[in-house]
Amino acid sequence: MQPFQIHRPSSVAEALAALRGAGEGKLLAGGQSLIPVMKLDLAEPTDLVSLAGIDALRGIRSEGGRVVIGAAVSHAEVEASPDVAAAIPALARLAGAIGDAQVRNRGTLGGSVAHADPAADYPAALVGLGATVVTDRREIGADSFFTGLFETALVEDEIVTAVSFPVPERAAYAKFPNPASKFAIVGVMVAATGQGVRVAVTGAGPSVFRVAEMESALADGFRPEALDGIAVSSDELFGDGDASAEYRAHLVGVMARRAVAECA
Amino acid sequence: MPTIALTLTLNGKQVSAEVEPNTLLVDFLREGRGLTGTHVGCDTSQCGACVVLAGGRSVKSCTMFAFETEGLEVVTIEGLAPAVVGGELHPMQAAFREHHGLQCGFCTPGMVLSAVDLVRRHPNPDEAQVRHWLEGNICRCTGYHNIVKAVQAGGGGGS
Ligand SMILES: Cc1cc2nc3c(=O)[nH]c(=O)nc-3n(C[C@H](O)[C@H](O)[C@H](O)COP(=O)(O)OP(=O)(O)OC[C@H]3O[C@@H](n4cnc5c(N)ncnc54)[C@H](O)[C@@H]3O)c2cc1C
Ligand code: FES
Ligand code: FES
Repeated sequence: MQPFQIHRPSSVAEALAALRGAGEGKLLAGGQSLIPVMKLDLAEPTDLVSLAGIDALRGIRSEGGRVVIGAAVSHAEVEASPDVAAAIPALARLAGAIGDAQVRNRGTLGGSVAHADPAADYPAALVGLGATVVTDRREIGADSFFTGLFETALVEDEIVTAVSFPVPERAAYAKFPNPASKFAIVGVMVAATGQGVRVAVTGAGPSVFRVAEMESALADGFRPEALDGIAVSSDELFGDGDASAEYRAHLVGVMARRAVAECA
Repeated sequence: MPTIALTLTLNGKQVSAEVEPNTLLVDFLREGRGLTGTHVGCDTSQCGACVVLAGGRSVKSCTMFAFETEGLEVVTIEGLAPAVVGGELHPMQAAFREHHGLQCGFCTPGMVLSAVDLVRRHPNPDEAQVRHWLEGNICRCTGYHNIVKAVQAGGGGGS
């Protein structure tokens, strides 16, 4: 692994200054995506800025119909949070099915959304629930946050500080996981919200996407059968050793129906 | 790259050392401290042979830098039971022995430390909880059945 310098800021402002002063600076959160990538020399930062000492990025709070989760909150903390379980149980269950116990102990919400792995679970939660990503300088709606394969709307030195989730009327997440890594081959979050029904799909294509046809069918009747006959095109979907594009397209329908059934 | 000072509590003793920023925790333990009970079974962060406790939680020491344990308490398999020659095993180690939860033993240190983390949070896990929790600990020998029994017994939930 390439050598690098470390920085241990205790505030977001200090972290930003460290990033700006670095040649090729990278934030280090749980390290569960970054360290594997660095071990393969696929990322070679000159400087790592650890977020571990920044208290402002921790904590989960419920306020005015929303649950706000700090960027450095681990998947295990989301899974175990009474606030999350009470307001958005689907989110607690999603976090509890990420990777394995040790990945959940270290990996964080902010790291997952910034990394934007096409098979990650949280992107489906953010888009499915209509969440807002809060950064050191602005707020970004989930619909415009995930822009492509490992790509987000974040600019070079932007730091995610929290994600704010509106509490849905009901929601559920169904995942068909890779049996080894637990990453989603296809994962679907379905939510009935005050603003309508949302259906968000992860794992199937280069970036999380919504399925408008399913959303309007569910708006007319929130039942699994409402999705009968709706086919998702396999054109833009991944095909690999795990599943062909056609199979992924089929799984989107199956996972969506399971999620709706679970909401009932 | 200059080294950095690291101070942690390792298996109950305060330890100070100089490490490179890019030293992985597992390399610090095995090469820096001679604690070779922590194993490396993959380079994809998936096998769990390297699991140790850091700050009371099970972590993959191959997917954490040594510097991230600054100020933390780290426990490896060598430190789980009190260091007394011929002394008693930790209840989880004893349960693995009693229930034949190991064959070659390669996965065992990680299994045991992962299991200790589970039963601290859920003292009486059911079989499904144990199997879900051990998702990140791969065993090539046992078929898991006896490991599950051992973990349930080691947590105090029946035998
Ligand atoms: C074996 C294994 C299985 C896994 N299985 C799953 C799974 O089933 N589902 C799933 O969703 N994920 C899975 N993951 C990925 C895991 O969830 C990671 O924890 C997550 O993708 C990254 O979070 P992190 O905190 O570890 O981030 P890091 O690895 O520390 O960072 C990832 C990237 O995000 C950047 N970053 C971190 N924090 C911020 C911030 N606050 N603002 C801006 N940028 C930031 C970093 O600079 C880096 O580029 C798995 C990982 C492993 C090793
Ligand atoms: S060595 Fe395989 S997970 Fe750490
Ligand atoms: S006992 Fe041999 S790998 Fe588990």
